[in-house]
Amino acid sequence: MSVQIGPGDLAVAAAPGRSPGTPRRMRPWTPYAFLAPYLILFAVFMLLPIGFGFWTSLHEWDINLPDKPFVGLENYAELFDPAGVDGSRFWTAMRATGIFTVASVPPLIVLPLLVALLMNGRFKGRNVYRAVYFAPYVLGVAVVGFVWRFLLDGNIGLVNHYLGLDVQWTTDVPPAWIALVGVTVWWTLGLNSVIFLAGLQDIPRELHEAAMVDGASAWHRFRSVTLPGLRPVTVFVVNSTILASANMFGQSYLITGGAPADQTKTAIYLIAETGLRQFDMGTASAMSFILAGFLMVASALVFGAFRDRGKR
Amino acid sequence: MTSPLSRRSFLGLSGAVGLTAALSACGSGTKIGSGSAAPASAAPTFSGGEYTGPKVTLDYWNGFTGGDGPHMRAMLETFNKEFSGRIEVRNVTRRWEDLYPAMPTAIAAGKGPDVAVIHNDWIGTFAARQTLIPLDDVVGALKLTEADFIPAVWNAGIYEGKRYSVPLDVHCLGDYWNRAHLEKAGLSDAPADKASYEEALGGLRDAGIANPFWMPNKWPGHLMFMSLLWQHGGQLYSEDGTRALWGSEQGAQALSWMVEQIDKGFSPAKVAQDTQYAAFKNDRNSFTWDGIWQINDLKSNARSLRWGLSPIPNIGGTAAVWSSSHNFVMTSQAGKDSNKVQAAKFFIDHMGRLSAEWAKAGMIPARNSVREDPAIAALPQIKLAADLNAFHFLPALPGVGDVQSKALELAVAKAVLKEASPADALKEGVATADKLLADNKRKYGR
Repeated sequence: MSVQIGPGDLAVAAAPGRSPGTPRRMRPWTPYAFLAPYLILFAVFMLLPIGFGFWTSLHEWDINLPDKPFVGLENYAELFDPAGVDGSRFWTAMRATGIFTVASVPPLIVLPLLVALLMNGRFKGRNVYRAVYFAPYVLGVAVVGFVWRFLLDGNIGLVNHYLGLDVQWTTDVPPAWIALVGVTVWWTLGLNSVIFLAGLQDIPRELHEAAMVDGASAWHRFRSVTLPGLRPVTVFVVNSTILASANMFGQSYLITGGAPADQTKTAIYLIAETGLRQFDMGTASAMSFILAGFLMVASALVFGAFRDRGKR
Repeated sequence: MTSPLSRRSFLGLSGAVGLTAALSACGSGTKIGSGSAAPASAAPTFSGGEYTGPKVTLDYWNGFTGGDGPHMRAMLETFNKEFSGRIEVRNVTRRWEDLYPAMPTAIAAGKGPDVAVIHNDWIGTFAARQTLIPLDDVVGALKLTEADFIPAVWNAGIYEGKRYSVPLDVHCLGDYWNRAHLEKAGLSDAPADKASYEEALGGLRDAGIANPFWMPNKWPGHLMFMSLLWQHGGQLYSEDGTRALWGSEQGAQALSWMVEQIDKGFSPAKVAQDTQYAAFKNDRNSFTWDGIWQINDLKSNARSLRWGLSPIPNIGGTAAVWSSSHNFVMTSQAGKDSNKVQAAKFFIDHMGRLSAEWAKAGMIPARNSVREDPAIAALPQIKLAADLNAFHFLPALPGVGDVQSKALELAVAKAVLKEASPADALKEGVATADKLLADNKRKYGR
């Protein structure tokens, strides 16, 4: 990797009033030279693809038709027309994404926090329990989806068989949402628990001891020491969980196949299908940008909600 | 100051880069000139002789993941042995639903197949996408004539006056039935018409089979719907491919009959994908309509199950069944190298002559004359081809696959899952389909 030296840098290097060889504190471009490796990667693997994606979304961009006519914002206009084919499919998928995110994020925050509090205690076999909770997370989505697809089948699945129920977990809503959220919580709870656990272990013991000396109850200590201490970790966990849930694809693809009809087809699922199966990259890119816009707003709201108002 | 370690790892890295470059350089096979995209027309016309050029490697893609896969692999091994040192065929098998989306993109990138097997309804789409090369001369060398084929199979391979396919087989939906269950109800064969089919379902339930006929909402539900639509005298799409006609009265009758099986309790409600077939293999479902490609799967993976295979019953009044056909095609990737073109044509010609062998994979030979071969007359699927007029095919309209999945399949799923009445589901589906057909006309007409 070579450091890019622009004309401006040369101008600095050859600035008058400096004889060569005199020691100097730092060339003005030094920090940029250090940043360059990252910036180059960022430009090549983030900025360029994003720009190209946006360029794509302005065309009727079919992967392998020779003609890729420029259509301006037509792809976006079609998506914002709920009566159109793409529009109605897209907002159904966005709705599905919203339902899944709203339903899955709270349990994916609260349950891992409880698990982390348990795991933070001192008891025999603690590491075994930590491993058990984390275990499902090491499985790939394909394995998780395939196994649960058969366990949850409404007519021949073991879940209904053992519980004596007649619930169609994969072909009916709301049961399908309960199934998808349940499987996702089971699968990814371990990751958030481990992050919370790391956060808990970063809270200085002295704070707890001081609170105990002041006569604070366990609940008070949790409210006034643990939760504030977990704030930075919580911001990270909430944000990454919202993004992960909003980008859910595999579970729905493998367990319900978007059923019933297209009600559990998420936005990413539809984007993949539109771009990679129907070759309609223009529409798929436009969908991606609209989804990205929503996620940016959601992230901003989370950071806003967790702003430390206590700081003066 | 570089430490020896970092220098060594750097050397290793650059070595790896060099190796990759070398590999990709030899991975491109024999090239004529400097990799110029020579048009296929530069290759001499194929007249049926042996391939005599330098050794080439052909990438061959297909979707034979079911009971038909081992058979195709065996045929390929024989071919590779016989022509080793001259042509090597590399086999890639993936599920059809993954193969089709990947193919045009991979071909455009030069990492796709040189020859492939695709279904007849995809030929139009791929020909319009310029991913295929005409095979008129191969068809001529094989002495294939329209008279020896079902017209729909033959005509599907023609796009804008050129022929793009060599049909390998036809396959259709069949009615698989559980022998033990039917014996309990006093039957020795699957009933063939509406009245006796419904009577049989009632009898099976009386004999203690709670759900004798599970109704799928996804695959192959739409294949059942199309078969029933044709049986009732309906049509799928207008001749010019601008209008969807499956929302007609006949369509509503066809879909209503499917939903009725759930209402009457013959099928459980909201059957998930593939569950009807799993239930059949596990002795819980008496009748299941599925493709003949499942024959070998049942033979090898449901050994304890005693089953029979019959043509699907005539519910609507006219015998009709959804059918499709596997076709050899050559891609524009092969077209960049005239040796590959010759080798691919020779390979297709050679395989095209083996359709009786291919029938053992559970398929019906495409050529009428081959079906009379005594060696295959006893195969269970051959009797399904007794009435060729019953075979109906999806038209090879460019982009028809998208219309099917976004509109028709969705309508069937909605009705079977009781999200909408059959008539409403079809009405909504047809509205979507018509918009998509108009889009396709514009898109592929350019």
